[in-house]
Amino acid sequence: MLEFIIGHFNNATYIMLMMVGFYAMTGKTNLVKKLVGMNIFQWSIILFVVSLSAKRAATIPIVLGSHSPGGPAHLDASNYVNPLPHVLMLTAIVVGVATTGVALALLLRIYKRYGTLEEDELLKRIRSSG
Amino acid sequence: MNYLHLVITGLTGLLLFLGSVDMPNTGDPTSAPAVHVSPRYIEDSLEETAVPNMVTAVLADYRGFDTLGEAAVVFTGAMAVLLILRTKREEP
Amino acid sequence: MKEMATSTIVRVVCRRLVPFVQIFGLYVIMHGHSSPGGGFQGGVILASSFMLLVLCDGLEAVQQKFSVALVSVATSAGVLLYAGVGILCLLLGANYLDYSVLPGAEPRSLGMLVIEVGVGITVTGALVSIFSDLLSFE
Repeated sequence: MLEFIIGHFNNATYIMLMMVGFYAMTGKTNLVKKLVGMNIFQWSIILFVVSLSAKRAATIPIVLGSHSPGGPAHLDASNYVNPLPHVLMLTAIVVGVATTGVALALLLRIYKRYGTLEEDELLKRIRSSG
Repeated sequence: MNYLHLVITGLTGLLLFLGSVDMPNTGDPTSAPAVHVSPRYIEDSLEETAVPNMVTAVLADYRGFDTLGEAAVVFTGAMAVLLILRTKREEP
Repeated sequence: MKEMATSTIVRVVCRRLVPFVQIFGLYVIMHGHSSPGGGFQGGVILASSFMLLVLCDGLEAVQQKFSVALVSVATSAGVLLYAGVGILCLLLGANYLDYSVLPGAEPRSLGMLVIEVGVGITVTGALVSIFSDLLSFE
């Protein structure tokens, strides 16, 4: 039981963070709050995948002392943390930045055209202006 | 406080956690992600590419196509913001 | 943020900090090989130094030095550099983005350095372009 808790508590933490972002995306009516919720959701997934790369008693995936003569002869795979999730999540972070930039630009346009950023008020103005 | 949304969120979180109980423990060196592809990257990256940082070696050399698509995505994001926000100034 | 900042502390501190942030950003790009870093991380740090300059000097003054056209050219030049290295490998006889035919003692390390610089330039130009577009919209 204790082993189960120790092995799975990071899953529960990231799922809680994901649900905070999910509630902000669906439960709030302001568009900026929905955007912030989407950002929280995305970052919780990125952190969760990076946490899958952890290994007990392993160090960061950078080989020290490789430029001195007679450097490390043979690298053992169990001494280094898995580098693949880090690589994949670098791409995900940059895609998130681009998505947030485009979403902010759209919000600026919506505000200039309709004058409000609340969802129900916005729907009323869209229906009345045709 | 939107109670319906709170209930839905709680149910979703519970279902997600129930779906994740079968995953291997955190930090397990014999779990599937740590055994299949990454030992080849860890052991051979220094002698093949002469770069000590394994993350950069995988990102820029072994998976260089994905990074090319990545740079294109950043470029497209900047162009999309330019298209949405820049308007032609009327000539006076 | 479009005109010069009015607070003395902001003007003095930001102006002094910008060169150090730029040197650190270039350091992170260049040392992607042996310490955590690389193209994306260093590009974001370099872009944040330009944002700091806009914060203290105003958008008009910064756009006189780094015009909108220069930033757009920088955004495209980085992707062109990356694809150009691939085409150079193609012309030298190997597959696309196969660095082992480049000249030098450690060809794969050289190829990685050039593409990381390209990615850094693209990310800097893209973030500065997004920032100045969002700021100058009325």
